[in-house]
Amino acid sequence: MPINYIYPDYEIERDYDKCINCRVCERQCANEAHAYNERRGKMLADSSKCVNCHRCVSLCPTRALKIVRTAHTFRENANWNGQLINEIYKQCDSGGVLLSSMGNPREYPIYFDRLLLNASQVTNPSIDPLREPMETRVSLGAKPDRIERGADGRMVNNLPPRLNLSMPAMFSAMSFGSISYNAHESLARAATELGIYYNTGEGGLHEDFYRYGPNTIVQVASGRFGVHGEYLNAGAAVEIKMGQGAKPGIGGHLPGKKIVGEVSRTRMIPVGSDAISPAPHHDIYSIEDLRQLVFSLKEATAYTKPVIVKIAAVHNVAAIASGIARSGADIIAIDGYRGGTGAAPTRIRDNVGIPIELALAAVDTRLRDERIRDRVSLVAGGSIRSSADLVKAVALGADACYIGTAAVLALGCHLCRSCQEGKCNWGIATQVPELVKRLNPNVGYRRLVNLMNAWNHEIKEIMGGMGINSIESLRGNRLMLRGVGLNEKELSILGVKHAGE
Amino acid sequence: MLRTREDILEGRLRIPSGCAISGIFSKSGKPIGGERIIKSIEVMHDRSNGLGGGFACYGIYPQFPDHYAIHVFHDNLASKRECEDFLLKNFDIASMSEIPTRLTSGVTDAPLIWRYFAEPLRHRVVEDFCDEDEFVARRVTHINARIDGSYVFSSGKNMGVFKAIGFPEDVGRFYRLEDYEGYCMIAHGRYPTNTPGWWGGAHPFALLSSSVVHNGEISSYDANRRSIEPYGYSCSLQTDTEVIAYIYDYLTRRVGLSQREFADVVAAPFWSAIADMPKDRREYYEYIRAMFSNFLITGPFSIIVGFEGGMMALNDRLKLRSMVCAERGDTLYAASEECAIRVVEPELDRVWAPAGGEPVIATLGRPGGER
Amino acid sequence: MKRVYVNEQWCLACHLCEYYCAFANQDETDMSTALKGVPIRPNIRVEQLGDVCFAVNCRHCDEPLCVKGCLTGALSVRDGVISIDRDKCVGCCTCVVSCPYGAVTPTEDGVVQKCELCVNTRDGEPLCVKGCPNAAIVWESVVR
Repeated sequence: MPINYIYPDYEIERDYDKCINCRVCERQCANEAHAYNERRGKMLADSSKCVNCHRCVSLCPTRALKIVRTAHTFRENANWNGQLINEIYKQCDSGGVLLSSMGNPREYPIYFDRLLLNASQVTNPSIDPLREPMETRVSLGAKPDRIERGADGRMVNNLPPRLNLSMPAMFSAMSFGSISYNAHESLARAATELGIYYNTGEGGLHEDFYRYGPNTIVQVASGRFGVHGEYLNAGAAVEIKMGQGAKPGIGGHLPGKKIVGEVSRTRMIPVGSDAISPAPHHDIYSIEDLRQLVFSLKEATAYTKPVIVKIAAVHNVAAIASGIARSGADIIAIDGYRGGTGAAPTRIRDNVGIPIELALAAVDTRLRDERIRDRVSLVAGGSIRSSADLVKAVALGADACYIGTAAVLALGCHLCRSCQEGKCNWGIATQVPELVKRLNPNVGYRRLVNLMNAWNHEIKEIMGGMGINSIESLRGNRLMLRGVGLNEKELSILGVKHAGE
Repeated sequence: MLRTREDILEGRLRIPSGCAISGIFSKSGKPIGGERIIKSIEVMHDRSNGLGGGFACYGIYPQFPDHYAIHVFHDNLASKRECEDFLLKNFDIASMSEIPTRLTSGVTDAPLIWRYFAEPLRHRVVEDFCDEDEFVARRVTHINARIDGSYVFSSGKNMGVFKAIGFPEDVGRFYRLEDYEGYCMIAHGRYPTNTPGWWGGAHPFALLSSSVVHNGEISSYDANRRSIEPYGYSCSLQTDTEVIAYIYDYLTRRVGLSQREFADVVAAPFWSAIADMPKDRREYYEYIRAMFSNFLITGPFSIIVGFEGGMMALNDRLKLRSMVCAERGDTLYAASEECAIRVVEPELDRVWAPAGGEPVIATLGRPGGER
Repeated sequence: MKRVYVNEQWCLACHLCEYYCAFANQDETDMSTALKGVPIRPNIRVEQLGDVCFAVNCRHCDEPLCVKGCLTGALSVRDGVISIDRDKCVGCCTCVVSCPYGAVTPTEDGVVQKCELCVNTRDGEPLCVKGCPNAAIVWESVVR
C-alpha cells in the first residue's frame, strides 16, 4: 500500500532487556502482531495489527511487554479528533459502515458515578452482615392484584411462575455464535452454582447445555434462530428481545464465517450462511402484537414460565415499559446505551439510546404513577460495572440487574472491542477452535462464581451499613441515594435529592 | 400560634426519632382510666424530648359507638369554616364541640382542636362506589391534603387520638385524659432529631379505627413509601409511623390480611429460618414474601397497633428496639421498658420480651389472646 | 499422592511450561536474568502434531523402568517422586533409553536430568502448573 493513512492508536512496547524470546506472544496472537526475527535474533512487533487485547501482555512470563497509546498525533483540533479523522480514512478505503463491539465508550455522563449511597448513624443501627442474616435473594415475576383464600381461610398461592435468584444479578443475553461454546458453558455452570440465571441470547441452546435449563433464560428474538418447542420449554423463563442497548432499532448480523458446525446446528441454519436478525420482529409492529407473542409463548410453555420482554433504553422508554407491563409480560428488562454487543454499527452504538440510570428511574416512577409497578419485575442492564452500580440500580427501582460486560471481563475479556473480527484471543467472542480452546470453562466458571460472590459480599456490606437486611427493602428506596453535581432536571428524573439536602 | 402549612417542618423533610411507647389492653373490655397510661409513659420521660406526645384510646365514646369520631386541628377560624363546610357536605354531624383541654405549662402553641361525631351521608357514599370506611378515608385524605390549615388526626369509631407537642405526660394532662376510660390505651413519647414544629407530626398516627405508635427509624422507609403511595396514600408527613399506618390500613382493610398476616409481611422471617420450616409454613412464607415483598419493613422498630377490638405489639425481625410485654389477669401490657408496666401494675403474672417479628396480639373477648 | 497431569483438551501449545520449568531449576530469582540468551533445557516439553498438543514430563511411574535400569542407584523413588542423586549418576543414559516417555534427558554435565516435581526448588511446587495459563497442567491427587 503506497499510502498508509492510519497510524496505529496503540503501540507494542517491548523491553528487550527482559524479553527471553520464549515466543509465547507470537504463538498467542491471532492477529499475528508478533514475530521472531531469526536474522536479528529477537522478537519484532507490528503495532498496526495489534487490537490491544493484552493477551501477549498477560502471558509474557517476564513482563517484557506493554501496550501504550501512541504519541503520534494529529495537529490539535478540538473539533476533529484523531479518531474521527481515522474513521473517515477507513470509510474511504472500505466504503462501508463502521463496525464496533462492546458498549458505548464515549464520554457521556455516568450517572452511577454521580450518585452516593447512605449509611446509618446514631438514629438507627447499621447491621453487621457477618453476624446477622443479610438477604440478597430476590424473586422475579408478575403479581396478581389480590389474594385468594381457600375454604379453610388460608391464602392459596396464586402467584404466576417466577424466577428465584440468590442475588439480584443475572448474566445478560449473549448468543452461542457471538460467544464461544466454552464461554456459554462457563456462564451456564456459574449460573447453576450461584443460583442465578444466564441467558441464551438469540442463538438457540446447544444440546449439551439443556441440563442447565433450570438456570437458563431462553431468548426469542427477531431472527427466531434456534427457537423450537423443546427449546422454549428447556429454560426457566422465556425472554422476548425487542431491543438491545448497544444498538436500539437495529437487528443483528452474525457473519457466515461464525456459522460453523455446532453454531449452525444450534441456530438451525446452514453452515456459512449469514445469520441476520431483522430490526423489528416481523410479527410485532405494535404493542398489541407484542401481547400476542407474549401469550403465544405462554401457551407454548403451558403457562409454566415467566415471560421477559427486553427493550433498549430509548427516549420514551417509560411509556413503552408501561405498555409492556399491560401486555402480559412478567418481567421487563431495560438495556441502557452502555450495554455491550458482539458487533454494532459504530454510529448507532455511540449515538443512540439513553443512560440506564435515567431510563430505569423514569420507568419505575411511571409504573408506580400508573399503579402497575407491582404487576411486573424490572431488570436493569447496560453497564452495571460493580456491586455499587448494582446497589444504586436497585435503589433506583430495579428488582435485579443483567451483568454482561463484567461477566465477559471475568472470562478474560480486556475490552479491546474487536469482537466483530471473530479472532478473540481470549476464546470468548470467536468460533475458531484453537482460540475457543483458550477459555477453559473450569477456570472461566470459577472466575464468574468468584466475581458474583465478591459482589454479593459487597452488596451485603453496603446494605448492612444502611441498616437494611433485605434487598427488597432497598428496591426503589431512593432516599438511600444522593446526587452530586447533578442539575435539578437530572435529580428530578432520578427522583433523588442532592447531597446535603 | 400554630404555624401555617408553608412553614411546617414536618413533612418538608424526614425527621428521625427515638421514642417511648406503651400500651394497655383489657381483653375483657374492663375500662382502663386515662391516668394509668399517663403514669406508664411518664416513667419513660427520658425517652422523649418534649417535642411530641400522644395517646390512642379505644372504647372511650360509648355515647356515639357507631359514629366516626373525627378529631381536627384547625389553624384558624377560616380553615375551620372551610373544613366544617366540607364535613357537612359529606356527613351527618351528630355532635360537634371543642375537645376539652386544660392549660398546661409544657404544652403551648395549641391550635383549635375540635371533635365531630359524624355519619357519612348515604347518597355520597353511593356516589363514591365504595364502603363507608373507604369513603371516610378518602374524605380525611382530602382534608389533610387539600384544606390548608385543617388536619384530621383521628377518624375512627368509638376511639380517639390525642396528641400535641410536649412531653407525653403533659400532653395527657392537657387533654384531661383522666376523664376518659376505655378498653385500650396506647401512648407515645417522641424524641425527634429535628424540631417538628407541628402538632400533626406527633404520634399516634391514625386512619379510621387503626392507630400506630412507633419507636425506631425504618431503613426501608422510601421503598415502603414508594410502594404504598400508588394505592392512593399520600405520605405527606414523611414519618415512618405514617407509612406503617398506611401499610397496616392497606393490608388489613383493603387486601384483607389478618393482624397476624400483617406482622408476617412487615416483619417476615429470614429465608434461612423459612428453609427449616415444615412444608406448609414454608410455602406460606414464600408466598407472603414474594407477594408482599414491597411491604417488608427493615431497620429498627417496635410498634403498637391499636385497632377496633384489639391491640398488637410487634418488633422488627432483628429486634433492634426494646419492647417488653406482660400480662396480669386479662390485661396485656406492652412498653419500651419494663418499668413503664411495673409502675402501673407491680404484680404481673408473666413478663417477657417477644422475639423479633413475633407479634403479640390481644382481642376483646378472647382471654389468653393469640401469640 | 499429588502428581502433575496434563489435559490435552486445554493445552494451547504456548510452551510457557517449558520456560517456567527451566526457570524453576535455577538459582537465579529473576526470570529474565536466568533465561535471557540461554538455551533452555526443560524437563517438560510440549509435543504437537496437527491440532493435538500436550506437555509431557515424567509420569513418576509406580514401577519406573528408569529406576529399575539405573546402574548406580542414582535414581530412586522418594515419597512417590522419582529423584536423582547427581553425585551417583555416571551418565550411562540407561534411564534415557529405557523411559517410554522420553522424560529423562542427558546434559552436558555428564549427568541426566528429569522432573522432580520441583520438590527441591524455591517454590516447592511444580512451576509448570502455576505458570500454565489455561489450567491444562494440574497438580492433584487422582485416585486410580
